[in-house]
Amino acid sequence: MKDKMPVTIEVRNLVKTFGSFKALDGVDLKVDGGELVALLGPSGSGKTTLLRIVAGLDWPDSGEVFISGEDALAQGARERHVGFVFQHYALFRHMTVFENVAFGLRVQPRAVRKDETGIRTRVKELLDLVQLDWLSDRYPSQLSGGQRQRIALARALAIEPRILLLDEPFGALDAKVRKELRKWLRSLHHEINVTSIFVTHDQEEALEVANRVVVMDKGRIEQIGSPDDVYESPATAFVHGFIGESIELPVQIESGVIRLGDRPLRLAADGLTSGASRLFVRRHDMLVGPAGSGAFEGAVQHVRNFGPVQRAEVALSGGETIEIDAPREKELRAGDTIGLNPRRYRIFAG
Amino acid sequence: MTMQIADSVSLSASDAKARAKARADAAAARDNLRTEPRAVRIVIIALAVIFLTVFVVLPLVVVFAQAFSRGILAYFAALAEPEALAAIKLTLIVAAISVGLNLLFGVVAAWAIAKFDFPGKTFLITLIDLPFSVSPVISGLVFVLLFGAQGYFGTWLRDHDIQILFAVPGIALATTFVTFPFVARALIPLMQEQGTQEEEAAISLGASGLQTFFRVTLPNIKWGVLYGVLLCNARAMGEFGAVSVVSGHIRGETNTMPLLVEILYNEYQFVAAFAIASLLAMLALITLIAKTVLERHLDEGQDASDH
Repeated sequence: MKDKMPVTIEVRNLVKTFGSFKALDGVDLKVDGGELVALLGPSGSGKTTLLRIVAGLDWPDSGEVFISGEDALAQGARERHVGFVFQHYALFRHMTVFENVAFGLRVQPRAVRKDETGIRTRVKELLDLVQLDWLSDRYPSQLSGGQRQRIALARALAIEPRILLLDEPFGALDAKVRKELRKWLRSLHHEINVTSIFVTHDQEEALEVANRVVVMDKGRIEQIGSPDDVYESPATAFVHGFIGESIELPVQIESGVIRLGDRPLRLAADGLTSGASRLFVRRHDMLVGPAGSGAFEGAVQHVRNFGPVQRAEVALSGGETIEIDAPREKELRAGDTIGLNPRRYRIFAG
Repeated sequence: MTMQIADSVSLSASDAKARAKARADAAAARDNLRTEPRAVRIVIIALAVIFLTVFVVLPLVVVFAQAFSRGILAYFAALAEPEALAAIKLTLIVAAISVGLNLLFGVVAAWAIAKFDFPGKTFLITLIDLPFSVSPVISGLVFVLLFGAQGYFGTWLRDHDIQILFAVPGIALATTFVTFPFVARALIPLMQEQGTQEEEAAISLGASGLQTFFRVTLPNIKWGVLYGVLLCNARAMGEFGAVSVVSGHIRGETNTMPLLVEILYNEYQFVAAFAIASLLAMLALITLIAKTVLERHLDEGQDASDH
């Protein structure tokens, strides 16, 4: 597997509707060989639909899909040679773990099918790869969620897929197993070097595992970039709000002045178009100073401690209430009046 | 000092006693919450037992008592009558045909309904239930209307010398129609609950449609299929109304077991009538036992998929 050139995936202008619901609204995406890409978005953003169309489990209303440069829409799911891992694993419940993994090998046309020993060796290899060879005689109902997920992955890899698609691979697992499997998936991807796309609604998962993140909302791609890109320089208001924890304030821009309510803010507004806009600041980018010193002013309402930071609820003088994360050293108490200065901020029109 | 300690010990002992009593009272109160007074319980259970005895056990006993009323030899002699043997044979043939057809149609219909979305799906589900809501006699009459001498296809059938009414094909058709819902009804909820993910997984692993059906879909529903076949068979062998209309009651030829029971009974041949009836009763008992076993398997299958 390792010697083969990893395969590219390209979709062009995909549109898919379910009744009156637009699941995909003109999606273009190029995935290079060997990448591990995350499709990130809230539920209903179209990410699973996109994945299923690439796998051949759904068909678009219009648009094109190319896998390794070949027109994939001319092929059925069977011919595409795509490894698909389902959110709820979809293991064959009446087969043992061994038979589940062997399935893809057993249904191959007689001419290319391995003999029984060949199949046994290959299944053993795959179960070793996912570190679960000791489970080969169990039935899926006897496995834990994490084990089922790894068996589902081994089963998908059995056919030596050209690409690997994972639908919410860790969605149904508890937090601890999820974190372990994330690391494991990344090293596995490194080892087998197959172009992979996985769908997730968990931003932490996307940022940690993928080398490129595709943020989707309402059937459209909002931003494509490295985990750093989408976190540090969000391209749209949606991305800023969806990734990382942000403070969002409705502001008005008039002739180079940013106003929150009727109060002008001491923030640079160079090059911004006038009109209603939204101001975004990361919670930890809001620096606390003495009253009267910052762009904003407010009274501390509550303070709670979260590991290395303290989270304070601050009622701004304009009436809005925001939550900020401040270092623990900075002592905040309910009732304090403080000044707030955003270290970094972004303003999006609309 | 010592007095004080003794005091506190005895106090705690009486405390413990009081606590135990309070707990027992609480437990009794809880039991009272859950169950009716003893007398009411006895009356209700007795009513249920009497009802079951009168309406289920007694008829069953009477069937066998009547069948053996002239002794075991008379019983077997009645069953060995050519007419009886012909009826048993016809019933088995008809059941085999209708169960076979309904197995095929039922699985296909359930598969289409559970695994695919298409316009008219709700209508199809309603249609499958039709035989349950129509009187079997009407079902039989429909076939007379279609295939009878004055029916829509009557002339054509006569010209081509094909006998459907008053022959095995008619009886099999009527029985198939009446028993159609059993297999489909047993499978639709089961297959809907299982969803299509395993099939999708199979296809993406390179399985063809047929491989997917035989290796994934069918093994997943095998207990449901058996359950449907069992009920379908019981009804097919016991069907009276629809078959009575299309059979023509030709002795030794088109009488199934239920029809023969009625004829023999009307001719005052009670031993013979009840001998045949006892076979049907035994079929019912076996069906019930098998049904219980199958239901356990079905539940287990469900538990396994619950995780």
